Amino acid sequence: MEAMTKDLWVFVETNEDGTAKNVGIELLNPGRMLADKQGGKLVAIVIGSGCEAAVEDAAAHNADQVIVLDSPEYGNFTTDAYAAALSYLVEKYGPSSLMIGATPNGRDFGPRVSCRLKTGLTADCTSLDIDEESGKIAWTRPAFGGNLMATILCPNTFPQMGTVRPGVFKKAEPVAPHAEVVREDFHVAPEQIRTRLIRIVEEDTDEVVDLEGADIIVSGGRGVGGPEGFAPIKQLADALNATVGASRAAVDSGWISHAHQVGQTGKTVAPKLYVACGISGAIQHLAGMSGSDCIVAINKDADAPIFTVADYGIVGNLFEIVPMLAAEIQKIKG
Amino acid sequence: MNILVCMKQVPDTTEIKIDPVRNTLIREGVPAIVNTFDGFALEAAARLKDKDPDTKIIVVSMGPEAAKTALKECLAIAADKAYLISARAFGGSDTLATSYILYNAVKKIESIEGKFDAIFCGKQAIDGDTAQVGPELAEHLGYPQVTCGLECERNGNSLEVLQEGDVKRVIGVDLPCVVTFTKPSFDPRFPTIKRKMAANRAEIPVFTDADFADIDVERIGLKGSPTKVKKTFVPQKKTGGMIVNEGSLEASVAKLAQLLSDAHVI
Repeated sequence: MEAMTKDLWVFVETNEDGTAKNVGIELLNPGRMLADKQGGKLVAIVIGSGCEAAVEDAAAHNADQVIVLDSPEYGNFTTDAYAAALSYLVEKYGPSSLMIGATPNGRDFGPRVSCRLKTGLTADCTSLDIDEESGKIAWTRPAFGGNLMATILCPNTFPQMGTVRPGVFKKAEPVAPHAEVVREDFHVAPEQIRTRLIRIVEEDTDEVVDLEGADIIVSGGRGVGGPEGFAPIKQLADALNATVGASRAAVDSGWISHAHQVGQTGKTVAPKLYVACGISGAIQHLAGMSGSDCIVAINKDADAPIFTVADYGIVGNLFEIVPMLAAEIQKIKG
Repeated sequence: MNILVCMKQVPDTTEIKIDPVRNTLIREGVPAIVNTFDGFALEAAARLKDKDPDTKIIVVSMGPEAAKTALKECLAIAADKAYLISARAFGGSDTLATSYILYNAVKKIESIEGKFDAIFCGKQAIDGDTAQVGPELAEHLGYPQVTCGLECERNGNSLEVLQEGDVKRVIGVDLPCVVTFTKPSFDPRFPTIKRKMAANRAEIPVFTDADFADIDVERIGLKGSPTKVKKTFVPQKKTGGMIVNEGSLEASVAKLAQLLSDAHVI
């Protein structure tokens, strides 16, 4: 079976304010390379409500075409509306491949779309290429908690689909837009949407923890020793304007809420800077943060596995080092 | 209420080591456990049963004969009955083929146990980490879904699911539905001795592809899987990280801050 076109699609998820989520724009960067290699168009698919900002963003990041579905029913994500809309577009246009950001929403409705279209979906990819032999997309992803990498092909069905982890690819520099914008008109009736938002739960904690969107994360692990041990961690985070993260050991000990957890059973993050304090570096934790641009490890055990992934490390007592580092950083920042 | 919990027996990934010479996973001697997230799904079902003792909890697993051990653990914790789905023809299935087999299993088990009001799965298995089988099963069944649930409550003909996210949301979903669960704020219950003994004696029916009247054999196993594994490899460890040691901690910390500043990360 052949696809109707050679086009490569990138699904650009929108925020409630109509802007694009970072990962969709990031994916246009490797998308350009893959589309050129396959000799097809790079197409951005924007679904949302009042999402002109996302359309412009996609056009400025090298898309040849932007297909837009802009309607109130897409303002808040629902599995039913998004799965119906994306399946409709795929069947109408016949792309060769389709990449979706591996956000909670992307991983929620992506499998419904691939299943509806009876095609293959590779989850949470961290590397993309063209397989020389077959010309198909080679989707590479971690499994076994990051212990093993697998490269997956989808050789016989279309589109070849994958969800791709946020933060793995960098956004390209904006260009002068050349995209053709196609406005589609497809609606999902209210009775076809079988879930509803009942309420948003106010957290009892002080703030919303946005680990995935953070530029800098300072995390504490077993080595902080207790809830009060997070005080210097927070101090350093404040100095860096960073978000506080934690290892599973700290969360399971009840020192900090699960919302802060980084790792396989917590959040997967890829900030510019990740500072691991008193974290030994179990493989499950490494799986959640090893994609960070720069990793700093502070640990009293020189043999801790965290040092094997760190760019910089200091061996010593975190309760001495962390406040000192906060003061130094404040000095540099002036 | 009739609830089906889907469970996978998985190697405990915290115990997996790398063979340093062959650079491959060492799977021998790694304990097989109930997938952690499936344990959260079972706990969610058990909490519904706490409130409504008429609730029936069935657990199903696709896997080898050895998965009966994990099914018995689920019986000991909270399940009323367990089924194993096992056949050579199922081997090599990707998520689409697996979810299709599970869909057939749901239909078969429903012919014995009655229709399920809800199907609970773990968010993902800790070996494959795809998080795709739950939504794909929902698609085969044509049911609505909620993923990343933390806990849930029955409200008339719907479930209200507390969903993890950048903010926590309560999502109402019509029955029948599929819900996948992630780690809640509480610990799942442990089995009692009495339940453990009963579970050890329990008969676990096994179904193969031959028991599924309508199954399309072209859609199962390696052959029925649209995705193919081209290769697997152990990721390259990053090497050459720099330990900053300038003699005193003060000097080391100052040096580190300077390095970060020079690298433009702060």
